[in-house]
Amino acid sequence: MKRALRRVAPQLMTLIVLAALVSWFFPSFLQIDLSDGRLVGPVIDIVKRGAPVAILAVGMTLVVATGGIDLSVGTVMAITGAVAASALVSGWGVPVALLLACGAGLTAGVWNGALVAVLGIQPIVATLILMTAGRGIAQLITEGRILTFSDTGFAFLGSGSLMGIPVPALLWVLTGVLVALLMRRTALGLLVESVGINQRASALAGVNARGLIIVVYMASGLCAALAGIIATADIRGADANNAGLWLELDAILAVVIGGNSLLGGRFSIAASVLGAMIIQTIDTGILLAGFPSEYNLVIKAVLVLAILMIQSPHLASEWALIRMQIARRRAARGQEG
Amino acid sequence: MLAPRFLTDIPNETGPLGRWQAGHDMLLTIRSLTKSFPGTKALDGVDFDLAAGEVHALLGENGAGKSTLIKCLTGAYRRDAGEMRLEGRAISPSSTSEAQELGIGTVYQEVNLLPNLTVAQNLTFGREPRRFGLVNGRLQKLQAQEMVQGYGLNIDVGRDLSTYSVAIQQIIAIARAVALSGKVLILDEPTASLDAAEVRMLFDVVRGLRDRGLGIVFVSHFLDQVFDLTDRLTVLRNGQHVVTERTTDVDRLQLIHHMLGRDLETVETPGHTEAGDVVQRPEMLRFSGIGRAGVVDPFDLTVHKGEVIGLAGLLGSGRTESAELLFGLRRAQTGEARDANGPVAIDTPQAAIAAGFGFAPEDRKTDGIVADLSVRENIILALQAKRGWARPLPRAEQDRLAADYIKRLDIRTPDAEKAIGDLSGGNQQKVVLARWLAMNPRFLILDEPTRGIDVGAHAEILKLIDRLTEDGMAVLVISSELDELVVAADRIIVVRDRRHVTELTGAAVTTDTIMQAIAAEDTPPLREGVL
Repeated sequence: MKRALRRVAPQLMTLIVLAALVSWFFPSFLQIDLSDGRLVGPVIDIVKRGAPVAILAVGMTLVVATGGIDLSVGTVMAITGAVAASALVSGWGVPVALLLACGAGLTAGVWNGALVAVLGIQPIVATLILMTAGRGIAQLITEGRILTFSDTGFAFLGSGSLMGIPVPALLWVLTGVLVALLMRRTALGLLVESVGINQRASALAGVNARGLIIVVYMASGLCAALAGIIATADIRGADANNAGLWLELDAILAVVIGGNSLLGGRFSIAASVLGAMIIQTIDTGILLAGFPSEYNLVIKAVLVLAILMIQSPHLASEWALIRMQIARRRAARGQEG
Repeated sequence: MLAPRFLTDIPNETGPLGRWQAGHDMLLTIRSLTKSFPGTKALDGVDFDLAAGEVHALLGENGAGKSTLIKCLTGAYRRDAGEMRLEGRAISPSSTSEAQELGIGTVYQEVNLLPNLTVAQNLTFGREPRRFGLVNGRLQKLQAQEMVQGYGLNIDVGRDLSTYSVAIQQIIAIARAVALSGKVLILDEPTASLDAAEVRMLFDVVRGLRDRGLGIVFVSHFLDQVFDLTDRLTVLRNGQHVVTERTTDVDRLQLIHHMLGRDLETVETPGHTEAGDVVQRPEMLRFSGIGRAGVVDPFDLTVHKGEVIGLAGLLGSGRTESAELLFGLRRAQTGEARDANGPVAIDTPQAAIAAGFGFAPEDRKTDGIVADLSVRENIILALQAKRGWARPLPRAEQDRLAADYIKRLDIRTPDAEKAIGDLSGGNQQKVVLARWLAMNPRFLILDEPTRGIDVGAHAEILKLIDRLTEDGMAVLVISSELDELVVAADRIIVVRDRRHVTELTGAAVTTDTIMQAIAAEDTPPLREGVL
């Protein structure tokens, strides 16, 4: 537990600093009120709006741990949203819609995983194929329209509350905890890290590297399906052109802010999910702080750059050096005195 | 074949051997070159001379230090100590381009040119003839045409490089290296992917360059080619200079002695296994006709309980490939494995592991260790993979296994949670061994188990092999250190030219007999009946 806390300490610190920064511009940032049995406030808004990226980041963490990357998750969100919406419009009910959407996400994962593990295509290229084709597939499903529905049961997943907490927030926490437990309470986590660090040596030790790689892309597809369901439920409609647009990049950024190496290996799901929350805090914070909207992207870029610079391994060794020099100078001064 | 033009262009004043016979006026001299990596000393005070107008072979097994020497020479590595002089001037290139400017050009086995540019673009790359700042395509072609004709090639330089055979690409790479550098040419395994006719064509070019006064370093593990082409040869072993001699003064057997081990006089007689001992042990596994086209010719192997089988042969002979076939790392096209209970599947590592096999590979870094994982995780990896992901080994059990093997194999690590990449080579090897011992295999394959580790760890690993077999485990050891094989193995199979050629047992197992078997030119292949 202590080790896990130490692992996510930089991300927690970043969140605290960001919260202080936004509070300075917008004093009531941390204020949470109860209205109509729901919690409301900027922080609640962040944990709700950050849900899709947080869930995508869970799957992306596993893919990145094997040394891969999944660029298709944004469009898989659009596909699964379209599948769910058209199932609802056809009157097949919520359970069928959910099952079909998850099935579509898993299928996308099998496709990506097979391209990477069986055909040996580089992950960035392999998933680019579905990233490009995916919106077309989603448009075919919605027949080019924005499919709207009025099923309140399904909409609950995107805009409902349980015990005052928004359902999307509960869903990403649940996903994160379940996947982290699955990885760490079984041997999956170790095997995934092993494949990510040295696939050849792992295969030689009898690890089913190919199977594991397909499984992590399937996990990523399933996470994308869940994120797609939430996004679709939130707006009560499937928008093939805009659902999940560019979110794959935010998900990768969340994994990176979470301190996971894109080269694969050791991973932390908690850190990635916190990374997603950092991104959402920046997005929401810039709006709350009252900057003109044209500043948003530039400020976001500067903040992200600052966070990544603090984590940079090159700078870390520089800082260690500076700290050592200061300590030495102090020791020298102490001897003189 | 058209005589290369440079043979006639440049008067041959000294003759191919003339200059260096005088014993001075060396083009390149290297003295006490030393280079260490964590855990190993790759080069330990190596001397090397290269005269203008000679082809000098650089020989040695994997890990002997050939490629480290070349990398120091071409600026890819910085040396730790020693000096290098080119035409009497001290040099220390810090990059390959600096080495090129000094006059040292290199051509590798994998052609390091740009396959989708034309021959002319490749030949003039970086110094294209220009007119008004733009590349003058016509002049570029003319220059390139002239260059390739100098090498006896009559090809269209306007075509893409990739449309030509590897041999022609090699010659173009040589042409480019010579044009850029022009004093020293290093050929690193240039013939590995060429057929006999192509090799002859390449050698004509190399001889032409030699007669033009270039100093040529030729790295190859094809001994026939060394005898055919080179004037002198230098052998390295374990990072040390063994011998430099005129090629005509050495015979094949002597050369193999130099490469593989001690001198004839000091060979020990083995005193462990009596002839006939092997047959008394119960048979455990029988491989018959295992082979793969272009990898290893089909071979038979019978494995008995508690025996150590040695696999001897030169680098590239097929010794590692044989092990890879047995472990399913390469799928065998022919043959099958059986034990007392019937056929045994060995077409993937997973299947081989399920059948009770283990394999500690030659290249620890790329195939053995998982660098960022801890010592504990590396030890339990194979065991965990066999149990499957859903049945994690309890942490207490992992800690017990790790502590146990750290103690039994005397692995020097601060604790079990240290990343294995931080340990020395010998300790990494022990961890890989521990990974397999934790599986309790019945048949363990060790490919160069003592490569690159210090003398102390060396002896410990040999002792360990001995102990393992007492419990009935069969071990297959591949090693280029013949005295080590003689001490460790009950019988030895010799591999040559991708064939299992001889088997030596009992009193016949001496470094002497092994070397003769390796050096022999023509022995009928070993197949049914002998095993």
